[in-house]
Amino acid sequence: MKVLVPVKRVVDYNVKVRVKSDGTGVETANVKMSMNPFDEISVEEALKLREAGAATEVIAVSCGPTACQETLRTALAMGADRAILVETDAELQPLAVAKLLKAVVDKEAPGLCIVGKQAIDDDCNQTGQMLSALLGWSQGTSAYKVTVEGDKLNVVREVDGGLETVVLKMPAVITSDLRLNQPRYVTLPNIMKAKKKPLEILKPDALGVDVAPRLVTLKVEEPPKRKGGVKVPDVQTLVLKLKTEAKVIE
Amino acid sequence: MGEYRAPLRDMQFVLNDLGGLGPVSSLPGCADVTAELVEQVLEENARFSEKVLAPLNYSGDVEGCAWHDGQVSTPKGFRQAYEQFVAGGWNALQFPTEYGGQGLPKIVATPVMEMWKSANMAFSLCPLLTAGAVEAILLTGSDALKQAYLPEMIEGSWSGTMNLTEPQAGSDLALLRTRAEREGDHYRIHGQKIFITYGEQDLTENIIHLVLARTPDAPEGIKGISLFIVPKFMVNADGSLGKRNDVRCASIEHKLGIHASPTAVMVYGGNEGEVGEGAIGYLLGEENRGLEYMFIMMNAARFAVGLEGLAISERAYQQALAYARERVQGRDVAGSAGAVPIIRHPDVRRMLMSMKSQVEAMRALAYGVAASTDIARLHADGTERRRHGAFVELMIPIVKGWSTETAIEVASTGIQVHGGTGFIEETGAAQHLRDARITAIYEGTTAIQANDLIGRKIARDGGAVAKGVIALMRATEAELAQAGASDADLAAIKGALAAGVTAWAECVDWVAAQYRSDIVAVHAGSVPFLKLSGIVTGGWQMARAALAAHRHLAAPGASDAAFYRAKIVTARYFAEHVLAQAGGLSQSIRHGATSIMGLDNDQF
Repeated sequence: MKVLVPVKRVVDYNVKVRVKSDGTGVETANVKMSMNPFDEISVEEALKLREAGAATEVIAVSCGPTACQETLRTALAMGADRAILVETDAELQPLAVAKLLKAVVDKEAPGLCIVGKQAIDDDCNQTGQMLSALLGWSQGTSAYKVTVEGDKLNVVREVDGGLETVVLKMPAVITSDLRLNQPRYVTLPNIMKAKKKPLEILKPDALGVDVAPRLVTLKVEEPPKRKGGVKVPDVQTLVLKLKTEAKVIE
Repeated sequence: MGEYRAPLRDMQFVLNDLGGLGPVSSLPGCADVTAELVEQVLEENARFSEKVLAPLNYSGDVEGCAWHDGQVSTPKGFRQAYEQFVAGGWNALQFPTEYGGQGLPKIVATPVMEMWKSANMAFSLCPLLTAGAVEAILLTGSDALKQAYLPEMIEGSWSGTMNLTEPQAGSDLALLRTRAEREGDHYRIHGQKIFITYGEQDLTENIIHLVLARTPDAPEGIKGISLFIVPKFMVNADGSLGKRNDVRCASIEHKLGIHASPTAVMVYGGNEGEVGEGAIGYLLGEENRGLEYMFIMMNAARFAVGLEGLAISERAYQQALAYARERVQGRDVAGSAGAVPIIRHPDVRRMLMSMKSQVEAMRALAYGVAASTDIARLHADGTERRRHGAFVELMIPIVKGWSTETAIEVASTGIQVHGGTGFIEETGAAQHLRDARITAIYEGTTAIQANDLIGRKIARDGGAVAKGVIALMRATEAELAQAGASDADLAAIKGALAAGVTAWAECVDWVAAQYRSDIVAVHAGSVPFLKLSGIVTGGWQMARAALAAHRHLAAPGASDAAFYRAKIVTARYFAEHVLAQAGGLSQSIRHGATSIMGLDNDQF
C-alpha cells in the first residue's frame, strides 16, 4: 500500500507573525519557514506504518512555489521514499489544494492519505475533509491513534470531551492531531540520502485543475491590542461589571 | 538555565557572505556540499541541540558525575541523549566514508560542533575526545588497528580518550613516566594518568584510550615518548568484546565547571583486569614518535577548544539578552513614565554590545580558519594548499587563546547584566563562567598558545605569513575607504581598523626582531600580543562583515535590512570599543617588559 502525505510550507511556529503594512496578508519575506507541525506528525505516522509492514511506500506531496522543495526535502530526510511538488505561485485555498491532491491520488493510487488536521498559518482545518469528499473515501479526522487491520482502519479520534473510535474502510483519508505521535529527529545519513531521492514536479494545468481562489481576502489586520485591566474593590462590583460592561453573564 | 536557540542566521551569513562555504564547495570531493544541504544539516542539528542537548546543560551541572568502585555514572538523561546522538549519525559527520563517516568538510562540522558546545559543553566533550582519538588512529594506525577500532568509534558506539597528563608532567610532557614494555605483538602499560576527560563513563560499551608512554630503551625527554592504543575491553578477532583490560578509573575530580564531564584518574597496570598484570596496548605508528603525532593533531584539538570559547559566549549572550529584555528596573535616563526593561539603560546596552560583537567576531574568525583548513587539505593547487595551511598554522593559537580568554570575559559580563540574580546558581548564568574557565587552560594554556604564536608562528619565518595577512587587511581597509566615503559607519570602522593593523604590524616586526636578541622581553609581552592578534584579526573579519552587509543593503530590492544594519552597527561597536585597545596593547607589549621582570623573586 502506498501512503500519500501532503506537507505544507508555513511560517515556523517559533516566529512571531507580522501583518504586512498594506494589510494584504502576513509578512513572509525573510521569515523562517518550516513544515507545518501537523504534517510532520503525518509523515511520522506514515513512516511508522511502513516500518510496521502496513505500507510499502511513502510519498510526500506539496503544493506551492519552488521553495516548497525544501519542505519536501525535510520529508525525504525524515524517511519518505519520494516527493511530488505541484508547483504554482498562485494563492492556494483549501479547495484548490484538495483538488490538486485528488489529481495526484488519481495518478498514484495510494491506499491512504494522511493529512495534517490543519495548517498553523490559516488554521482552516478543511483540506482533509474536502479531499475525502472529492475522492468519495471514508475519513477519520483528528486522529489520536491509528491501527491497520486487514482492509480496515481503526482510528481513535480526539473529540470534545474525550476519544471516539471509528472503523474505516480503505482507501481512506486520515487527518492527524497533535497527540498522534512524536515526530522523529532527522538523522544525518538520511539528510545525505534525501538529496538522491526522486522529487517530481507537476503543474496544476497538466493535472487539469483550476486553482483560482473562490474566496476573496478583503483585509488582514492585527487583533486589537489588549487594554489594561482595572482592579475592582469587591466581588459585587466584579459581578456587576461582568453583567453590565463585559456582558458575559446575565 | 535559559533556552538555547542556534544562531542560524549569523551562521549562514558567515558561511555564505564571508567566503566560508563557497570556496570549499568547489574543492575536489565537495560538490555535494551545497548551501541547501548545509542549511538542512544545520537546521536539523539545531533542532537536536536545542531540544535534546540544551535541556540537560543545567541539570547536568547540578547533578555532576558519580564514581563508585571504578564505575562512573553520567548525570540523568545523558545516556538517552548520547543514544539519540549516535542514532542520529551526528558523531560520524566529519570522518572518512571509508569507515562509515559522512565525509563532510570542516566548514560544515564547525557550526554543527558550535551548536553542541553551546547547547551542552560538558556533553560535547565526549564526542570531541573520540574525534581526537579517531584522528590519531587514522593518522598512525596500521590497517588492522583501523579496521578493528574506527567503525565503532566513528559511529560513536565506542568512545575515545587522550591520556597525556601525569601528576608531574602537565604542560611539560618531557617529564612523563608511564612505561610500556614489549610482549609479543603488544605492549604492557604501567602508570597513572590524570585529567582524563571521559576516561570512564556509562555512555558507550567500550572506551578506547590513547596513551603516551615510554618504552624501556627510549631516549630521555620528549623524543622518547610513544603512542599506544589501550581498549577498556579487549576486542576479539570477530569484533566482539573480550576480557577486561588492566585499566581502571581510580577516581574523578571535583571541578570548578563542566561538572557533567567526568575527569578521570586512570591507573594502568594495577592488576585489576582479566588479562594479567599490565594493560595491553598496541603501538600506534613508530616508537618514540608519539609527541610528534600529538603535534599533528594539536591544531584540530586547539581549534575545537577555541570553538568552545565562541560557543559558551553565544550561550551566555543569549541568556543575558533574554534577561535584559525582561527585567524591569529603573527609569530610562532620558525620561520615562515608570520603570523600564533594563535593556534601555546605556550601560546594559554597552555590555550586550560587547558580548554580541565579540561573539560575532570570534565566529567569523573561526569559520574562516575552518574553511582554510579544508582548502589546505583538498585544493588541487599545491600553492593554494600551502598558503592556506600557513594561514591556519598562524591562526590556531589566536583562535584558541583569544576566543577562550574572551569567553571568560563575555560569560562574566553575562553575570553582570543579571546583577545579583546572576550570582545565584539557579539563574544559570554562573555556569557559563565556570564552564568557560577551563577552555583557557586545557589543550595548552593561554601562555602556551602565546609561546607558540611568537616562536613557531612569527619568529621562525620572520613574520612572513603574518605580513601576508596584514596585506589582506590593508586591502580590506582600502575597500572600506572606497565604500565608506559617504558612510559614517564604514568610515569609523576603517579608521579603527587602520590603527589596529598598524599596531599589530609594529608588534609583529618587534617580535620577529627581538626574538633572538631579547627573548625574555618577547615572552613577557606574549599574552598581550596574543590578545592584540585576536582583536585585530577579529576586527578585520567584522570589517569584512560590515562591507558584505553594506553590499546587501545597496543591492536593488534589498531584503532582511534589519539584520544587515545590525551587522554594520555591531562591527562599528567592535571597531570603536575593542579594536580601539590595539594602540595601548602595542605600547605595553613593546615597552612593558622592564616592570614585569624588574623585581627579584624575593621582592614578591
